[in-house]
Order: sequence, then structure tokens, then C-alpha cells
Amino acid sequence: MIRLDNVTKMFAGGTHPAVDGLSLAVGRGEFVVLVGPSGCGKTTTLKMINRLIEPTSGRIEVDGRDVMTVPPHELRRSIGYVIQQVGLFPHRTIGQNVATVPRLLGWEETRISDRVRELIELVGLEGSMLGRYPAELSGGQQQRVGVARALAADPPVLLMDEPFGAVDPIVRARLQDEFLELQSRLEKTVVFVTHDIDEAILLGSRIAILNVGAVLEQHDTPEGILAKPANGFVESFIGGERGLKRLALRAINQAGVSRGPVVDVTATTEEAAKVMGEHGVSWVGLLSGERLLGWVDGSEIEGRPLAELTPHEFLVSLRSDSSLRAALDAVVTSHARVAVVVDDGIYRGMLDLEAIAEEITE
Amino acid sequence: MILAQDTAPLFDWDWVGRNLDAIWERTVEHLALTGVALTVGIMIAVVLSVVALRRPRTYPTITAATGLLYTIPALAVFALVAPFVGIGTATQRFITAEIALVSYTLLILIRNIVTGINEVPAGVREAAMGMGYRDGERVRQIELPLAVPAVMAGIRIATVTVIGLVTVTALLGLGGLGFFILDGLRRSIIFPTEIIVGVALSVLLAALIDLSLLGIGRVLTPWARGRGT
Repeated sequence: MIRLDNVTKMFAGGTHPAVDGLSLAVGRGEFVVLVGPSGCGKTTTLKMINRLIEPTSGRIEVDGRDVMTVPPHELRRSIGYVIQQVGLFPHRTIGQNVATVPRLLGWEETRISDRVRELIELVGLEGSMLGRYPAELSGGQQQRVGVARALAADPPVLLMDEPFGAVDPIVRARLQDEFLELQSRLEKTVVFVTHDIDEAILLGSRIAILNVGAVLEQHDTPEGILAKPANGFVESFIGGERGLKRLALRAINQAGVSRGPVVDVTATTEEAAKVMGEHGVSWVGLLSGERLLGWVDGSEIEGRPLAELTPHEFLVSLRSDSSLRAALDAVVTSHARVAVVVDDGIYRGMLDLEAIAEEITE
Repeated sequence: MILAQDTAPLFDWDWVGRNLDAIWERTVEHLALTGVALTVGIMIAVVLSVVALRRPRTYPTITAATGLLYTIPALAVFALVAPFVGIGTATQRFITAEIALVSYTLLILIRNIVTGINEVPAGVREAAMGMGYRDGERVRQIELPLAVPAVMAGIRIATVTVIGLVTVTALLGLGGLGFFILDGLRRSIIFPTEIIVGVALSVLLAALIDLSLLGIGRVLTPWARGRGT
């Protein structure tokens, strides 16, 4: 979908090229994150794709067309663009801002207004906001409008330059999650620039790690980069806690969930004792059919039928699509040293520390 | 006579009543001198602003030159311009007066236009380019509308300045309401009524026009409300 072939950018007066012979291919529907230290040329690379910056040499293709053969304004109308400063037009209402590219393309008014309504809901804003001016919105709301504006004419390609960099961490996390969800439905080809490796790991289907001069140090899936950093630069850029970062990428249901020390409430105390013995623990989980009631300590049973006991609740329970990192957190904070997995009231199993550790080392 | 003068009121309403026509004529003249000065001033300022914006290196020169014009006293401008334009005919006097008036508007107008455009946030400009506006479209549809508050502020200051300065052109036999001030002062015995009428009406005119420009600015920029402009 996007192909950079030996692209170089030398700024006037510069001693070294900002981008030095970069080649990179981005497939249709891929979400590629360009990540690297500040000044590494990642933003320059991004801006060359929509010709906000023109390459000194080399060739850039979008959808099979050499970008230098397309008039810049036409090229840009077919590529969504989102930037950190958002850049909403302050003198235009939210509705008018979102309608920018359709209007430039000369769409009919009814089609524009339908599309604007659709988009504002898509990014999770109220239709009542359409008549407001950007200054009346919070930073997070403004960036949602920024995303809606970029998507307005349904461009196949989306360029994003640190779009979530200017909002506070809580809003950022929410925008990231929402955008991932949106992207899973829209399947745009996205090129996303950030200096935050964690954001890259969270969002990207592939990550391109760039060094100064936009030298491509590694281009791989987040999983691949964390498992096998290509060199010392990549390793130091990813930083510590590689294992934890890998865990964050995997869902619980991708790992082995064991049944754990559980018995049905109708079981006898002997059966309960046997399960505890097998697992080497002094407690047992109580199930009623597929429903998890809680746990009781072995010392509480004292020969009474299990149904007469009052089970303690598991303080942390996770869904099977939660990350293994969340599971690890649950293990170390829970009294029972296990992460309990429950989907909509149905007991799925348990994970202990060993099961999680195996996922990192395998 | 002396007795009569001692008891004469500070303000003679009868004089006002007898001279309503002349007051009206001078008010219109005042507005015409102001209007022409601002129209010409804005046209020249726009041209020079475009030059300054296209070639930023020229901006210091342009502000220095118009700044110099701004500092020369009006009277001196008349003296400098009159030998070239002449003051023999009404047209010559009008041109001489306007050259002085226009030269006072330029610095204020150019500074506000250039600042207004330059202060369009970089992100807004970049987004406009990224959305696919052509250069001209971007300037007209995005940058100029955003510069309106600054430009309107400049027009207001320039207008109030010119309305005050117009009175000085009375020395050229024009002056609008300034005619009454000068006439009142030139009589063998100073005539306060005439001076008060000239001063009060020109102040009132400045206030009214300033307020209406403020109103026009508000209507043009509904988006800037409550943002402290």
C-alpha cells in the first residue's frame, strides 16, 4: 500500500541527511508504528508520504502511484492526517471541521451532513457537539474530532504524528484503546509516529525502530521485537521489563489455563482434601455447576459439608481476553497467588505464577 | 459688551440651533476624511503586509519606514507634502490632508495584519495543508478568518487615531469638526461653545465608530467569544 524506496531527505543547510536511504513497505490494512528517539527522522519520513516534506531522492508510492506525480492537494485529500497539536480550525464548528475534506472534494451537502453525523458517533462524541467551536472542547474531545476529520472522506491510508502525545495519561490510554477498537473495524493502512515504545507495542501490528537518519534498525511485529531485539540499539530502546511487555501483548486464553484446585459444592470433604493435596495448597475453590462461588481454607472445613460453608470471594478475577500482564498482577496481589479467569459468570480456570513464567521463557 | 460677555453662558445652545446645518456638514466631512484615509490605508497596508508575509526579510524595513511616518507630527507632514502637492485648490488640500492621515494608519494596520496571520497556530496551518487545501484556499479560508480579531483591533485603533487627527486638517481649511475648534480659538474673544461642539462631537464620533467596529468584529468572529479577545 505504501512503499518507500531508498528515500533520502537532506534539509537545506543540514550536514547529515534527516532520512538516509530508507526503504520500507507497508501492506494494506497494516498498522505500522515508526518509533525512535527524537530527531531520528520519523516525522520527516511520515511527512514525505503526503508531501508536506518532499524527498531529496528516492521514490515513495502510495497505492501504486508515485506521490511526486500527483498534485500535493489531491494526494493529501486521499490520505487522512492526524497531528499532535490536533490543528482543528478554531473559527469553524466541530461539524464544519469534520466536513473539511468532503467539502474540498465537492460532495453534496446531504451526503456531507450524513457522513459527519456518522463519524462523530464513530469516535464516541455526542451529535449535540457538532455546533460547538473547538475551544469549547477538552483536549481528548478535540483529538477525537481530529480523528473523525481525518477519516471523513474514508481515505484508505491514515498518517498519524504522535496523535495522543498532548493529552494526559488517563485520556491517552482511553484514546489508544478506542482507536485500536476503531481500527479493528475500519482496517485502514496506518503509519503512526511516536517516541513512546510502549505505545508502539500496544498499537502496532508492526514496529519500525528508527535510529538517527531514519536508519531502520528493526522492522518486525511487537512480539518479534521483544522476543529477539536485532541489536544493542533496539535492546536499549525497548528498555527494561521486556518480559512484562511481552506478557502485555498476550491474552490469557492464548496461554494454558489450568482447572486449578476446585471442587463442586456437592463434593465430599474427602474429595476436597484430595484436590488440595494434589495441588499442594491449603485452600480449595468451590464451584456450583460452572459458577465460581469463592474459596474456603482447609482449616475451615472441619468435616462439615462444603455447601454449609461461607466461601471467601476471590478479590481479583479476570476475563480470558485480559492480558497475561494483568494476570501476573492478579497473581502477585491476590491472597491465593492465582489469577482466576471468569467470563460472564462462567469459570474458565486459573493461572499461577509458573504458568505465566512459562509463557515468557518458551 | 464686557458686562454681557461676563454673564454669557459657557455653552450657547442658541448658537448650536442656528448652526445645525453647518454642524451636520462638518460631521459628514469629518467622516469622509476618516473613511477615505482608512480605505486607502487598508489597501496600502494589505499590499505591504502581503509583501512582508511573502518575504519576511522585508518586514523590519516596512515597519521601520511606516514607524517613521507614525512619529512625524501631522503639522510637519503638511509642511513636507504641501510643496509637492500644493494647497491652492480644494483637491490639493484634500490630498495633502489624506497623505498625512493615511501615513498614520499604516504602521498600526500592517503590524496587526502581519501579527494576525503569523499567529495562526502552526498546527492549524499544518492541518490545513495536510487536509489538502491549496495555498490560496488556505490563506483565504483558514488564515485570514483567523487573523480577523487582530486585524479588527488594528482597524479600531487606526480609526480612533484618524478621527482625532482629522481635526488638525482644519489648518488646511478642512478639518471636519476640527473647523469649529479652530474657529472658536481664532475669534478675537475665544468662543467656548464652538470649541466644545467640535471636541465633544469628534470624541462622540470616535466612540460610536469604535463601538460599531467592535460589534462588527464580534459578529464576524463568533468563535472567538469568551476567549478574551
